[in-house]
Amino acid sequence: MAFPRSDVAAPPAGAEQVTPVTVKIVVAGGFSVGKTTFIGSISDIEPLSTEAAMTEHSLGVDDAGGVSDRKTSTTVAMDFGRIELPGDLWLYLFGTPGQDRFHFMWDDLVTGAIGAVVLVDTERLEACFDAVDYFEARQIPFVLAVNCFDGVAKHGLDDVRAALGVRPEVPVFYTDARNRQATKQALITVVTLAMTRMQG
Amino acid sequence: MTEPSIPEPQERRAHAHDLYEDESVEEARVVRPYALTRGRTRPGRSDLPLEALVRRVTGGDDSASTTERRRILELAGNGILSVAELSAHLSLPLGVVRVLVGDLADDGLLVVHSGSSTSAPPATNLKVLESVLNGISSL
Repeated sequence: MAFPRSDVAAPPAGAEQVTPVTVKIVVAGGFSVGKTTFIGSISDIEPLSTEAAMTEHSLGVDDAGGVSDRKTSTTVAMDFGRIELPGDLWLYLFGTPGQDRFHFMWDDLVTGAIGAVVLVDTERLEACFDAVDYFEARQIPFVLAVNCFDGVAKHGLDDVRAALGVRPEVPVFYTDARNRQATKQALITVVTLAMTRMQG
Repeated sequence: MTEPSIPEPQERRAHAHDLYEDESVEEARVVRPYALTRGRTRPGRSDLPLEALVRRVTGGDDSASTTERRRILELAGNGILSVAELSAHLSLPLGVVRVLVGDLADDGLLVVHSGSSTSAPPATNLKVLESVLNGISSL
């Protein structure tokens, strides 16, 4: 091995520094539903984007009519932000990659997460089906935040609830991804739900 | 009469199958960024969460220095930050950063604060959630 393992770590620089506790909330929803806007409305840092490179291995028919074995490299981008809370608590907000085919990456995001905010665009309700299915199946606390583009609510919340068929305990409410107060309220709702779930 | 040649598609399929044998699966998935990690796609510390915080150890000597290792150490030297932030600031894929951070931690140059794998994540602690709730409310 070129790099021998060392189990004895040197003391960290400035050991007296307090190390923050990190928690995270996942922000999901369809492509361009406003996830990054939502994150940016409350994040202390400009939303950052991180990439995960992956290889897609596919068997297909090539131009010459034979079966080809192709590997292509793709990158998946995830946007995220950070909020520093009192008491050395850092809350990260991670946006899920928009495309359904990158669901496997969600596992990474939701591990250890408090819960999820699913942003809903009532004009494209189907765009959030995947997220709802995913969180329901894994019993991850989630809320449905209906993003009102241009401040206009086009559909009633009961209609959205009925259309998505979510359980009664799942909060459904309007939000405005650009508005810090609305985003704050959405986060409060998901944390409260997670706490209720834990106490129940 | 010549022997009919083995049909090409079958041959290729067999090849593809070989690539998925346990031993060679890593190699099959090598993509360019992983040249930086010497072909590894999984960090030694597979439990390294995206939000794991990383801090540089002062006075460490990076004998195996590469540009990427140096950049990570530089950035982590400016203050504590997460694996996800390192990835974003350095424009390196998350998987690559995880592997390199794992190496640097093994070499005693970085300290990773991710909670031990035996302890429950903070999000499962009611007290932590209360603090989060109060914190968000006070924003």
